[in-house]
Amino acid sequence: MRRIVSLILLAVVAVGVALSLSRIPFGTPKTRVGEYYIREGRKETGAVNIVTAVVVNYRGFDTLGEVTVLFTAAVGVGAVLQLFGGKSKYIKRRPASLILRTGCRFLFPLILLVGAYIFIHGHLTPGGGFQGGAVVASAYLLFYLGCRERRISEEATQAVESLSGLVFLVVGVLGLFAGGYFLLNFLPKGDPGSLLSAGVIPVIYIAIGFKVGSELAGIIDKLMEETE
Amino acid sequence: MSFISDYIYYFGAFGLIFIGLYIILVKRNLIKVIIGLSILETGVNLFLISVGYIGSGTAPIFSKPGLKASSMVDPVPQALVLTAIVIGVAVLALALSLAIRVYRHFGTLNLRKIKEQRW
Repeated sequence: MRRIVSLILLAVVAVGVALSLSRIPFGTPKTRVGEYYIREGRKETGAVNIVTAVVVNYRGFDTLGEVTVLFTAAVGVGAVLQLFGGKSKYIKRRPASLILRTGCRFLFPLILLVGAYIFIHGHLTPGGGFQGGAVVASAYLLFYLGCRERRISEEATQAVESLSGLVFLVVGVLGLFAGGYFLLNFLPKGDPGSLLSAGVIPVIYIAIGFKVGSELAGIIDKLMEETE
Repeated sequence: MSFISDYIYYFGAFGLIFIGLYIILVKRNLIKVIIGLSILETGVNLFLISVGYIGSGTAPIFSKPGLKASSMVDPVPQALVLTAIVIGVAVLALALSLAIRVYRHFGTLNLRKIKEQRW
């Protein structure tokens, strides 16, 4: 019964979606704002990667909101699991084999390096703070799975997270003082394509990289604590 | 036939969205509902990206000289999806931790057996 009702409901929605989507051609330019960003983005922001220019510069305020959503979700995970959960403890697990431990110790710094490369070069190559932060967090996931007896300090992740969030806000407020706009790109743009270019974009993206990495690592840490 | 081949990305995206919605509506296990939510989110992301595609366009990155601005895809949906993916991971973690709490409290993940959750 439930299945049939659900299928009928979905079929009705699907017909509506198909009717409206058949008016939207695939693969044609649809927005003028995207064309403007591509045409003028390099000149206005100094970033070669236009997606980064949109995320950090044109829609920097939006990104600040999204970082806040991420922070709220991480706080929610902590609150749900620990505040009302009562006991949360690690059980003693069998240590991993020598091969696993050695491989994990060998790969951990390399993955951190790749993550840092991705978020430092966010304005030049595909990538940026969010992707680099996710790669950094995956290094910590490997650390938890491979070197089971160790764990990262909760205070350290929280400190890194708060400080990098503060860097984002302080850069925004400095723009307010420098030119009258929140998150204004007040540093010199430099030569597009070089590492030290695009003004505040690399600074903000490195802060986002640290923030996302420490937040996701903290989430992994809290979820691992719950495995009993 | 050309309707399908022209809109193949829309079909893929909405296929994922409807699979996710069906799982959310029908399945009883809370973990499976969360998996459905994740599939739904993937479909929405794919849809946003495919709306921004421009025929035979390249990534909007001037990584080497000679790339023309007119042959690049729309950067705005890519910027939106970029952040949405990471937020999706965090929301998934929040949902799973809520599922852990539900299991601790009720001793089951079956949504039909949880009295306060009957629907």
